[in-house]
Order: sequence, then C-alpha cells, then structure tokens
Amino acid sequence: MGSLDETCASLRAQITATEAQLAGLKRDLANAEQAAQGETATTAEIQHEDHNGEGRRWPLLQEEYKRYGRQMIVSQVGLKGQLKLRSAKVLLVGAGGLGCPAAQYLAGAGVGTIGLIDGDTVEVSNLHRQVLHRTKNVGKYKVDSAIESLRELNPHPTYIAHRTHLTPEAAPAVFQDYDLILDCTDNPATRYLISDTAVLLGKPLVSASALRTEGQLMVLNNPPRAPGDKTGGPCYRCVFPKPPPADSVVSCADGGILGPVVGTMGVLQALEAIKVITAPEIDAASDVTTAHPRDPPSLHIFSAYSSPLVRTIRLRSRRANCAVCSAEATVTLDTIKSGSTDYVFFCGSASLPSLLGPEERISAREYSERHSTVTSDSSRLYTIIDVRDEAQFGICSLDNSINIPISKILSSGHSAGSQGADNEQQAAQIPSWLPSEVASSESTNPIYVVCRLGNDSQIVVKKMKELGLDQHGKRFIGDIRGGLRSWKEQVDSSFPEY
Amino acid sequence: MADTSNVAQGEFPVPITVEFTGGLELLFGNERKHKIVLPARLEDGSRPNISYLLKYLVDNLMKDQRIDMFIMEDNVRPGILVLINDADWELEGEETYELQQGDNIVFVSTLHGG
Repeated sequence: MGSLDETCASLRAQITATEAQLAGLKRDLANAEQAAQGETATTAEIQHEDHNGEGRRWPLLQEEYKRYGRQMIVSQVGLKGQLKLRSAKVLLVGAGGLGCPAAQYLAGAGVGTIGLIDGDTVEVSNLHRQVLHRTKNVGKYKVDSAIESLRELNPHPTYIAHRTHLTPEAAPAVFQDYDLILDCTDNPATRYLISDTAVLLGKPLVSASALRTEGQLMVLNNPPRAPGDKTGGPCYRCVFPKPPPADSVVSCADGGILGPVVGTMGVLQALEAIKVITAPEIDAASDVTTAHPRDPPSLHIFSAYSSPLVRTIRLRSRRANCAVCSAEATVTLDTIKSGSTDYVFFCGSASLPSLLGPEERISAREYSERHSTVTSDSSRLYTIIDVRDEAQFGICSLDNSINIPISKILSSGHSAGSQGADNEQQAAQIPSWLPSEVASSESTNPIYVVCRLGNDSQIVVKKMKELGLDQHGKRFIGDIRGGLRSWKEQVDSSFPEY
Repeated sequence: MADTSNVAQGEFPVPITVEFTGGLELLFGNERKHKIVLPARLEDGSRPNISYLLKYLVDNLMKDQRIDMFIMEDNVRPGILVLINDADWELEGEETYELQQGDNIVFVSTLHGG
C-alpha cells in the first residue's frame, strides 16, 4: 500500500509540474500570436486605405456592404449608423459572462475599435457562460482568448487587449481613448471606479450585472454632460450613493449563475451600446422639444422565472448632491488617480467570519481519522450536519451527513426572538429544524458542522451553542475547518469540486 | 371641518402587493410576491407610509434573522432600491409616501455578478 501511495503522490506532483509548464507555454504562444497578429493588422489597414483611395464613391468595402447589409437596412441604423459604428471606440471592462456576449455582438456589428480590459485567465468553471472562451484556452488571458474568437468572427475591427485589472491610477488614461464604456465587471468597487471615470471624461456608460436567475441593466451618464449640468443622465452614484455592506455582496462563484441569464444581459448591453452610438444627433440649435426625446433613465430588471421576464422602472435624474456629477462634486480625476478617492475603503471588504476558537474546530483529516470506519452504527455515535443549500448538497456530500441549510437555521426562532419573552426561551431550546434524536438532552455524542469553505459552518456552530445544545460544554459542537474544499485536499482527492 | 370624502376613503384597509427581487426574496421565505393588507389608520391617526411598511415587513413577513440584510439605521440598507408602482421611490417622496389601495411596492437588491 505504502509504495502505491508514493507512486500516486509522485504522479500527482508530475501532473502539477507538467500543467504549470503547459500554462506557461500557452502564455508564450498567446504573446507570440499577439505580436504576429499586430503585424497582419497593420498590413490589413494599409490595404483598407488603398481600397478607400481608389473607390472614394463607396465608403465601405464591398465585403462590408454584404457583411453588415442585414443591419444596415434596418431604418434605425442605415449607412449613416454603420459609419458611426465603424468610427466608434468601445471599451469593455471585463471579458467574462457579460463581456463575452457583449463583445461578440459589437464585433459582429462592425464597431471599429473594441478594447477589452481584464487581468484574469480562463478557468474551466467560466466556460458554461463566457461564450468566447474555448476549452483549449484554459489558462490563457481572457482578453487574448476573447480577441482570438472575435478575430475569427470579424477581422475588420481593431482589437485592443489590456491584460490587467482596471486600477484607479490607470483608469483615466485607459478610458481616454474610447467613446463609450461597458461595465461588465463583478464587484462594487470597480463599478464605482468605472462610473466616476466615465462621468469625469464625459463618456456614456452601459452597466449590467447578473446573479443566479436575474440580471439588471442601466444606461448611465447618457447624455454625458459636465458635472453640475442637470440635463446629463444620472450616474451609478446617483442611483446608489452608498455601497452595499460588503457582507451582502454575493458573487457568481458563491450564488451561482445561469449562462443564458448573464448572456441575455451582455447581449442587451451590446444593444444599448449600438443604440447610443447610432442615435441621431440632437441639434443644439434646434428646439429641444421637437428633437427626438431620449429614453428617460431606466433600470431594466430581468428575471428568468418571473412573468414578464423584463420589467423596466423609471430612475431618478442626476442627484443634486452627487459626489461626482453634481456641482458639489468632490471626486475628480486627480483624486481618483492619486488614490485619495479610495474605492476599496469605500466599499469595504467582506469580513470572513472567524467566530470559533481553535478548540471548536477540527481539520478534515482529523475528522476522517476519528470516524473513518463507516459502519451501520456509526451514525449514532456522532452527527455531521451539512449546512449548504439543498442543490449543493445534492451534488456531493459526506457519508452519513444530514442536510440542514443555513437559511433554514437562521430563519427559525426569529419571531420568538423579536418578542423577547423569557419563558419562550425554553421552547426555543430545541429548534424545529434539528432532528429530535440529535437534540436529545441525554446524548453527548459530538455534532460536527460542515459547509463548502468553512464560513457558514462557524455561524451555525455559534448559533447552536447559543441555543444551549452543547449542554454547557458537555457535548462537543464544532465545525470542519476549511469545509469540503479541505476534505478534498486532505482526505479524498476524488471528491467533486464544483 | 372634517373632509368627509377623505374620512370615508380612509376607513377602508389598504391592500397592497409587495415584491422582493435580486435575492431579497431569500430573506422572506423564498417568496417573491406577497399580498398584504395595511390598516386604514395607525394608532396615532396617520396613514400607513413606507416607513410603517418597512417595520411591518420585518415584524410580520421576514423569516431570516439577519435584519441588517434588509434594514440599516431605520431605513432600507444601501444597495436596495425601493420602487413605488415601477418608479424609483425618490420620485415619490421616499419613506414618507402614503400607501394607496392597490399599490405595488418592489424591493430590489442590486446585483454585482458578471
């Protein structure tokens, strides 16, 4: 057995090393391809200019009339709109679930310059929704992977790769060269940074987000007017002057996301971008009332399991005391670049709970050693409660574990608590969610709590102790440190990681 | 002096619809849509407004104990939009808005994923 274990360990080490080497090779290849494509693009541009020179009567290439014909014959676009699209420069911040479909449709529509900024590399867990990335590109920069797909779709546009996360220091310089910004990111701090920079540089902003089965979409700073000009469209800060508490922000990795939901939102971003770019100019000299009225500022809410699927709500106009777009603005390009507008501080960071002492937690390995023999009796000697939600428990779970979702645990006893009556505390001692044989005051068998990463499990242990289930220390209640992720790392490498 | 038409109207209870979206429904028993009936007048004789509704929801409808996921400093927490009949509540007077029969009040938590 010992030598087999060693063989496995050695093979695992070799695989890890080879994978690292492979990732390195992929990155080198990407850089080489980028350089090569840069050269080809230059050649193509020269040819393009030659064409224009010889046939000045026709502003587009023959191939472009065919390629864009189906959208050009739509009256809202026309040749005029197509030329506007060709001269437009659009920046997408984020090349993930929103950025991929948005970039795909903008490239298809013939937007002349498309910039992508993202410092992440492609992961397998991205592929179900980030539709520009291919399985073979796992490990590659997302922007390189996306541009590779976009070039196959439409070689005409100029694609610009920014292989970095957007930082406050760099944001003004990056945004400067573009006409329109798409917020395809996944966190509040970056959303405020994008909105502030877009307002201060006078760029309209198409902002979207998605989680689980829902998505939200807004066109902000449209029309883009100088700070203090009340006729400009509201910005992200006008709608959300204060950021949400960091603990309330749920990511797609934790909350889940359906591909077509985030895809719908990305496609709608591309649509709004095309509408903004091809909108007829409002002639400043003409009477405003006769000009095309712009859509009032709106928030579109998509909900996959509701009917209607989309509802649109009217938003407020610019906030009179907005920190960015009002006459009282305190945020400027200088405060952004210098860091005195501190986005990370403004939005805070989620405090990972460290509620339990070391004596209240055991490692996955220790748990497995204590309860390694799985017999029919073993379930009576201890209880292992998995507090993930039902869907996650259904994907994979530990032997003998019972599922009591944390939402169920935290939603019990609220009414009793709010009434605060002392005599009700007795009734609250044995909560309805706990199986009676586990709750029995005679049993001192240990109770273990486990979740995905070891955060929720701590909250539940604390709650159970507050309810007195540990019989003043006679009964062990603790959690598995690091949750099922460490179970996979320390005990069972075949355990699924989702 | 009493405005009779007003009093007559005021004596009827106020049925409204409340909806939660953007994940807030998870705090309310995973139900998005709730039909509730508010009293015509409160104890002090005033009509129920949004402030009253917030308290009513926490006391009667909220299932989760994490009240600060919904209310902070006696108002909705940052990151939640309140919509009164499909318009941002800031267009309608925010928490002082007095509820009318048949109103549709939606609480939307902002999403950040992408």
